[in-house]
Amino acid sequence: MNNLTLRESIKKGLIEALESDPNVFLMGEDIGEYNGAYAVTSGLLKQFGPKRIIDTPISESVILGTGIGSAATGLRPIIEIMTINFLLLAFDQLINHAAKLRYMSNGQLEVPLVLRTVTGGGAQLGATHSQSFEGWLASVPGLKVVCPSTPKDALGLFRTSMKQKDPVVFAEHALLYGVRGDVPDKFYEIPFGKADIKRPGNKVTIISYSGMVRTCIQASEFLSKNFNFECEVIDLRTLRPLDFETIIKSVKKTGRAVVVEEAWKTGGFGANISETIQLEAFDYLDSPVIRIASEDVPAPYNRKLELDTMPSEQKIVTAIKQNFSI
Amino acid sequence: MEQSKTIQIYENMLLMRRFEEETGRLYMEGAIRGFCHLYIGEEAVAAGTISCLSEKDYIITHYRDHGHALARGIDPKNVMSELMGKSDGTSAGKGGSMHIFDVSKRFMGGHAIVGGQLPIACGLGFSSKYKEEDSVVLCFLGDGAVNEGEFHESLNLASLWKLPILFCLENNLYGMGTHVNKTRSSGENIYKIADSYNIPSLQVDGMDVIEVEKATQESIEKIKSGQGPIFMEALCYRFRGHSMADPSSYRKSQEVKNWQKNDPIIKFERFLINQNIIDQKQILKIKENVDSEVEKSIEFAQNSPDPKIESLFENVYKNE
Repeated sequence: MNNLTLRESIKKGLIEALESDPNVFLMGEDIGEYNGAYAVTSGLLKQFGPKRIIDTPISESVILGTGIGSAATGLRPIIEIMTINFLLLAFDQLINHAAKLRYMSNGQLEVPLVLRTVTGGGAQLGATHSQSFEGWLASVPGLKVVCPSTPKDALGLFRTSMKQKDPVVFAEHALLYGVRGDVPDKFYEIPFGKADIKRPGNKVTIISYSGMVRTCIQASEFLSKNFNFECEVIDLRTLRPLDFETIIKSVKKTGRAVVVEEAWKTGGFGANISETIQLEAFDYLDSPVIRIASEDVPAPYNRKLELDTMPSEQKIVTAIKQNFSI
Repeated sequence: MEQSKTIQIYENMLLMRRFEEETGRLYMEGAIRGFCHLYIGEEAVAAGTISCLSEKDYIITHYRDHGHALARGIDPKNVMSELMGKSDGTSAGKGGSMHIFDVSKRFMGGHAIVGGQLPIACGLGFSSKYKEEDSVVLCFLGDGAVNEGEFHESLNLASLWKLPILFCLENNLYGMGTHVNKTRSSGENIYKIADSYNIPSLQVDGMDVIEVEKATQESIEKIKSGQGPIFMEALCYRFRGHSMADPSSYRKSQEVKNWQKNDPIIKFERFLINQNIIDQKQILKIKENVDSEVEKSIEFAQNSPDPKIESLFENVYKNE
């Protein structure tokens, strides 16, 4: 067992992919000479050379388009878009092209590319640098969306991403890069569409993903310690494909559900989960499904204001206490 | 140009013309739906350029793609079936007029977002270079695409990395219904835009297939020598509207008539006769053959079944 940060575990996955297949290459802004904006690709240019580790101009559309064209002709690109906010500049390539080519060509083309990007807020980066769009992306047929919350999951899911024959958006939360966790030495993979129960419980099911999983676990520990109230925390791990089975099974057991996400509440991905719970487990519910998400405002710069817009341990605890009469 | 190639190009141009005339007719009858952009008037560009490619070269294009597909040798039966949304179509009815693909011929689509094919063209060129395949990418674009950000990102990258791409700008003067003079800050001679990216460029008469063929041949040789991309502007004109839904209110009928006097097929036919490459009798024979081929493609498409409802969810992902 290794104790790695999430950054180190993803880097381990990148190195494995580069070593195992000469058609794998990394492409993105500042991934080489600069060693990566979030230092995930640190040292890789030196190790693998400029043919495999490719610095690009700040041109998100053509970075992604180059990934699409090369993936469609037999290469295995790993594309880094520095943050999910900048991915907006390449939405045409991602949504209109990468996600559609297999279907529109009736299977003649496939786009096996892994798009790594950084998501989430909470670092006082202001309104344009603090967004979480993985829920949007998960609504697009043709894409797969991965949101790991631990170093172990990140490596296992990355290995699975590299085996896909379709475009994968691999969203890494900026505030998780330094988080440590145990990562098995023995080779393992984590399948897509398989949620993980990060904390077992019997009173309420909390469903979340990415950076918010930690917050949900903290809130659950607080409720356990102070009120002897045990929450079950489900980490979705992949938003598309989505593991409804694990969610429904848990809600049937607990009778209560809280969906927590960092994205804005209006139109958020959690609404999709909430709808399915009410359809599939209506008779088991003791109360309405609660959604906790970011406030519908652009992320402010000021620390107090920003924290106030986001879901927090306290907000989750308060919501559970109020709604479930603890 | 070799004589056999000359005649083949002539046949090909006629095929595009007749195919598109029938496509227009079938659209009016309701057999073809959706957006449908005819290539009539621009045949010299597809025929002149694509005839210079080898099997391992790639083509990627925009939504006015029927002509390019036929020039690449995709069977008109399958193209017509796709236009009618049938199961024998190039994408079994899932693509439609604007999304024709035949990967076995390295025809990488029909892309319907203006400028969207350019970044992917860079990927094809990158791949060819990475794998040391020596394939050239022929990337078509219209004058409207020149004002998209994707155009500028792509030209910069193609030049920076010396990607083996021939950008072929089909300047038919109108981005949908707006004249280039209203949309280009640099005015006419769009090809000069490539100067700012250090890409060698040229302008050709896109109504003259011999000129297009010669310029393409020379450009491809240069690209294969490893010097990087070339940008070629072909001045041309579409005789029909932007799409079948276009009332053509933005241009005068006299302008269309003037361009029609310069019909690329009639011009080429005259050249072939004057050079004694072909005589009237042979022309008639070729026209009969082309008519028959187009008729057969229509009959084939009409008889092709609709795709099965069960195919709806196929090819969203692999193995699903």
